[in-house]
Amino acid sequence: MHGMTLAGIARALREREFSSEELVRHLLERIGRLDSELNAFITVTGEAALDAAREADARLADGGGGLTGVPIAHKDIFCTAGVKTSCGSRMLDNFVSPYDATVVERLREAGTIMLGKTNMDEFAMGSSNETSFYGPVRNPWDTQRVPGGSSGGSAAAVAARLVPAATGTDTGGSIRQPAALAGITGIKPTYGRVSRYGMIAFASSLDQAGVLTQTAEDAALLLTAMSGHDPRDSTSVDAPVPDYAAGLGESLEGLTVGVVEEFMDEGLDPANAAAIEASLKVLEGLGAKVRRISLPNIGLSVPTYYVVAPAECSSNLSRFDGIRFGYRAQSPRDLEDLYKRSRGEGFGAEVKRRIMTGTYVLSAGYYDAYYLKAQRVRQLIAADFRQAFESVDVIVGPTSPTPAFELGAKVDDPVTMYLNDIYTIGVNLAGLPGLSAPCGFVDGLPVGLQIVGRAFDEGRILNVAHRFQQETDWHARAPGGAFA
Amino acid sequence: MEWETVIGLEIHAQLATRSKIFSGATTAYGAAPNSQACLVDLGYPGVLPVLNEGVVRMAVAFGLATDCTIAPRSVFARKNYFYPDLPKGYQISQYELPVVHSGQIELELEDGAHKTIGITRAHLEEDAGKSLHEDFQGQSGIDLNRAGTPLLEIVSEPDLRSAREAVAYMKAIHQLVRYLGICDGNMQEGSFRCDANISVRPVGRHEFGTRAEIKNLNSFRFVERAILFEVERQVDILESGGRVVQETRLYDPERDETRPMRSKEEANDYRYFPDPDLLPLEIGPALVDEVRAALPELPRQKRERFVAEYGLSAYDAGVLSTSRAVADYYETVAGGLGDKKLAANWVMGELAGALNKAGLEITASPLDAEAMLGLLRRIEDETISGKIAKEVFEAMWAGEGDADVVIEARGLRQITDAGSVEAVVTEVIAANPRQLEQYRSGKDKLFGFFVGQVMKATGGKANPALVNELLKRLLAG
Repeated sequence: MHGMTLAGIARALREREFSSEELVRHLLERIGRLDSELNAFITVTGEAALDAAREADARLADGGGGLTGVPIAHKDIFCTAGVKTSCGSRMLDNFVSPYDATVVERLREAGTIMLGKTNMDEFAMGSSNETSFYGPVRNPWDTQRVPGGSSGGSAAAVAARLVPAATGTDTGGSIRQPAALAGITGIKPTYGRVSRYGMIAFASSLDQAGVLTQTAEDAALLLTAMSGHDPRDSTSVDAPVPDYAAGLGESLEGLTVGVVEEFMDEGLDPANAAAIEASLKVLEGLGAKVRRISLPNIGLSVPTYYVVAPAECSSNLSRFDGIRFGYRAQSPRDLEDLYKRSRGEGFGAEVKRRIMTGTYVLSAGYYDAYYLKAQRVRQLIAADFRQAFESVDVIVGPTSPTPAFELGAKVDDPVTMYLNDIYTIGVNLAGLPGLSAPCGFVDGLPVGLQIVGRAFDEGRILNVAHRFQQETDWHARAPGGAFA
Repeated sequence: MEWETVIGLEIHAQLATRSKIFSGATTAYGAAPNSQACLVDLGYPGVLPVLNEGVVRMAVAFGLATDCTIAPRSVFARKNYFYPDLPKGYQISQYELPVVHSGQIELELEDGAHKTIGITRAHLEEDAGKSLHEDFQGQSGIDLNRAGTPLLEIVSEPDLRSAREAVAYMKAIHQLVRYLGICDGNMQEGSFRCDANISVRPVGRHEFGTRAEIKNLNSFRFVERAILFEVERQVDILESGGRVVQETRLYDPERDETRPMRSKEEANDYRYFPDPDLLPLEIGPALVDEVRAALPELPRQKRERFVAEYGLSAYDAGVLSTSRAVADYYETVAGGLGDKKLAANWVMGELAGALNKAGLEITASPLDAEAMLGLLRRIEDETISGKIAKEVFEAMWAGEGDADVVIEARGLRQITDAGSVEAVVTEVIAANPRQLEQYRSGKDKLFGFFVGQVMKATGGKANPALVNELLKRLLAG
């Protein structure tokens, strides 16, 4: 059962091949047995999941359809009523959310069952899942290596077939990069497509919820359920949500695929580059035309991002002050001591680094030189994409410069770590939808193909990935050994 | 040296919406601590602000009423600082692009002179909660009921030149926001309060002196007292060769003085930046037209109309347009009478006096406008005299019923029958032969004596004009 895709599971449940309860028991057993290797889960909600599975089975017996009884996991950044919501931080280790995030609510209404909350980089700040208060997550393809981040727990859990799908969030690549490093499919929709309500904010103008799945079809099913306007999020866009799954399978005949020159340079691992070139051939075989394009300002993405995101995070994380919820330092001397020690002890090093950077770039005398200038560059990057999309329908290239690296390899070098997101960050700055699909292996480790679309053109990038996955089997490969 | 005072006010008017500016929690005053703060107000992880559209209309109404430019696009910004009653660690306000700007308001000063005060800007923001330092031995309590209450911060140009002008300006804004129905103006509950920026400079100098900011003044009297104290303090410093320090001060009404709160040197760097959770606020011409069409008549327009339409003096027109409630009351009464001045005199005289004595607002008056009209109609149709009307008024105030009921019950109807009055007049003359003698020999002043006697004999009910006429004829013999 655990090897099946989400679409396959949904079908099997509808056709009563097995019950939701059987499936949930099986997956809980796997999590119990295998997760000590991976550390993908912070919280497993076994009892609640079994209760929900039994209810789902009753609905399935009454002809309930859709995603009824399908188990998923939520990244621990999404608020879940009555369940610990830690955001990977000591700061929220004691925080039980009193409410559900919109994403959680919508996916539950669609019939899915939550098995637990997945590990993540602290407050989604990281690209290797090593900044979590709960310890690093390991990559099931090689447990000495990172799964990517920040949605590393979700990626590892899906890759190891502990759960068919999991939610994630992507501020600079946090869905796509771990999807690539774990050999699965991950989509970050257009900014505003999915409500941010109940998703603990890192950088509000960049954060977007999405999913990590085995296939593009699975992603399409979940994205249809979770998208759409939410009156509780002013930045969510009031535009109709297509049935993404129904749109799959269209021919790629006549599709123009752009390949960004700047992404195919010496920074990219040659074996990885070869996998991308081979993927382009597959797309050409499906009728697509490939065109080389340039995004002249894309090289400024990383520095731009590392001004904008920390600026927003420095303000967003001010609410964690030890007063109303979360970690509070023992016996504070006075108010200042309470603030300093609660935040000093509650946050980890990477979060503090970004809060300090963000505070600096917003400070009087530095605001214009950093924050304002970064916002201007951001506009240039977005304009580059807009111009590119006048001549191409999708942009395709690598998701990450290298496959999964070893645990600890980059933790002491934040700049090298930040460069992991060199191909993904520009997409967040421009607010566009992006997807990563498995497209090959380098030294036994998966690598990903990134597919970027126009704003609100999720249907098209899902279809390109789906057609690619009908021609290839990279997505169907799963880690062996204990995880088989 | 002669000194000139320069004052600018920042008025915080709490907007009269039922729910908060960025959440659905109620804004009602006086509930148990923290019972009116929802997850958004508490700044819980993951929650997001959603703008209450009502506040936008209110800000536009204020802008239109003060000749401000309504910004087609304004931006909410975060003002970042740590304080326990500020749940998110930032206040959502407006910084570089406020919702309305560059307007003015005309003041009528006590001496009748007019002065125009510039309004730099007015912006929307959320209020913080309240720290309670009493009752918690060594600790502070936090009440977040007020967190997220909508405020319009109205910033004046430094155009005010005295404490009196500052108070006149504050009263004019107070009157205006209540006219517009966008603020209840309740100063005790903190719905209308201000910060005053005060400096002095030698008369004739163009540059401003160093200013002090006096925070949180919540009565007209405190504004006046605080400014008077502060000006004297600054002048003393300068005249003794010292230097005024730019700082924030608090006014202590108990001791009638201002004291430093914190100096700007150690003030926070607020790190304002546009709030990424809220889209820029876009206000199109359609909304502006809609708000304009719904604007009530404003105090100044009403004053001018009262002069033109009812023939009132500028002073009376000013008093009767103090608030919409007073003006509406007056207009209801005046509308039913031919004598508009009679209506003005009674509303400003007997009624205002009685309300004042009882400490009541006009909206809580025991005599509503219809009842007052009923009374004054009886003066106008000569059923009673003005003097008797005062007795009727008191009876009505005490709840004895409407004017006609009181007049009948107490038998106060005026005697207008010439025959009856003539009989009394004849009796009075006959009873006072000595006074008649003196009157006829030229002592005209005694006419009043006879009037008094007739009134006394009729219990004040004789029609005064009729009494005059008859006395003149019969005394002449």
